[in-house]
Amino acid sequence: MLDFMNRILRDDGGSKDRAVERLRLVLIHDRAKVAPRFMEALKEDLIAVISKYMEIDEDGLDVTLDSDETSTALVASIPIRKMKRSYD
Amino acid sequence: MDSLVLVVTSGKGGVGKTTTVANIGTGLAKRGKKVVMVDADIGLRNLDVVMGLENRIVFDLVDVVEQQCRLKQALIKDKRLEGLYLLPAAQTREKDAIQPGQMKALCDELRKEFDYVILDCPAGIEQGFKNAVAGADEAVIVTTPEVSAVRDADRIVGLLQASGITNPKLLINRIRPDMIKKGDMMDVEDVNDILALELLGIIPDDETIIISTNRGEPAVLDQDSHAGEAYRNIVARLEGENVPFMTLDFDTGFFGKLKKMFGI
Repeated sequence: MLDFMNRILRDDGGSKDRAVERLRLVLIHDRAKVAPRFMEALKEDLIAVISKYMEIDEDGLDVTLDSDETSTALVASIPIRKMKRSYD
Repeated sequence: MDSLVLVVTSGKGGVGKTTTVANIGTGLAKRGKKVVMVDADIGLRNLDVVMGLENRIVFDLVDVVEQQCRLKQALIKDKRLEGLYLLPAAQTREKDAIQPGQMKALCDELRKEFDYVILDCPAGIEQGFKNAVAGADEAVIVTTPEVSAVRDADRIVGLLQASGITNPKLLINRIRPDMIKKGDMMDVEDVNDILALELLGIIPDDETIIISTNRGEPAVLDQDSHAGEAYRNIVARLEGENVPFMTLDFDTGFFGKLKKMFGI
């Protein structure tokens, strides 16, 4: 009975939601690390896109996956050398 | 008909690879196919006991590869079904006793004689995995609805891709409808959302599997077994039939039995 009451009063649902959430997070890291040159390829593409708009310091570029308990973010620190002049 | 070399793999141990090989192999043979099951788990031979054929082994996989015997001498004929054979693993050898190239050659040899060659892959991602995958055309990944098993399954998808097997099929084993109902187990949709693979089948957690393993009789032959029925569905799908997925709500508790008694 106590068990039953606990289940009703608990607000986080069953443990499976935690399982799904933890799996999603861990697989983001697994897949990023396992895929050959994943981060390098991403960096190269980022440089290519951003270079259309500004001149950046490619050696100072830092791209990482940052995680806390509930989410993962792609964090990119990209030092800008010079802005390109826009005519639009 | 072209024959198919199918590897059953998982990454994580203990999720039901060997049971799956035994049941798929037996189910296909029951439908009249010529099937050989190869135990590629060198050093940890298991498929023979699950099939109840452990007393008939004379030669093994490594003997064949090292040409200590002819292939036909090492193949063990099943005691129940015509056209069903087992090539057992060596029990006292190391995993590196064979190489991927030798395994591929063996699979191609077996392909000539059989409709299906089903490989029982060892757990892990080392030499044994590489050997088992080397000769395969397609793969079945077995997982359970647990974080660790699904994570390892995801890793296996990548490794299979690197070996040229691009569309592995997923088998979700040991599903407990009671726990899913309570929200304490990931359901088929949750797992499939994460892995995004073609679903080959779902197997309920069923004590008849333990009983059938105790006896050395694959559950697929037991008409009363839920897991057996799930494996029969999987076999039909492998044969190209379009079988709907099982509803895993058997209502086996007291009220379920009561409902059954009154026909509701």
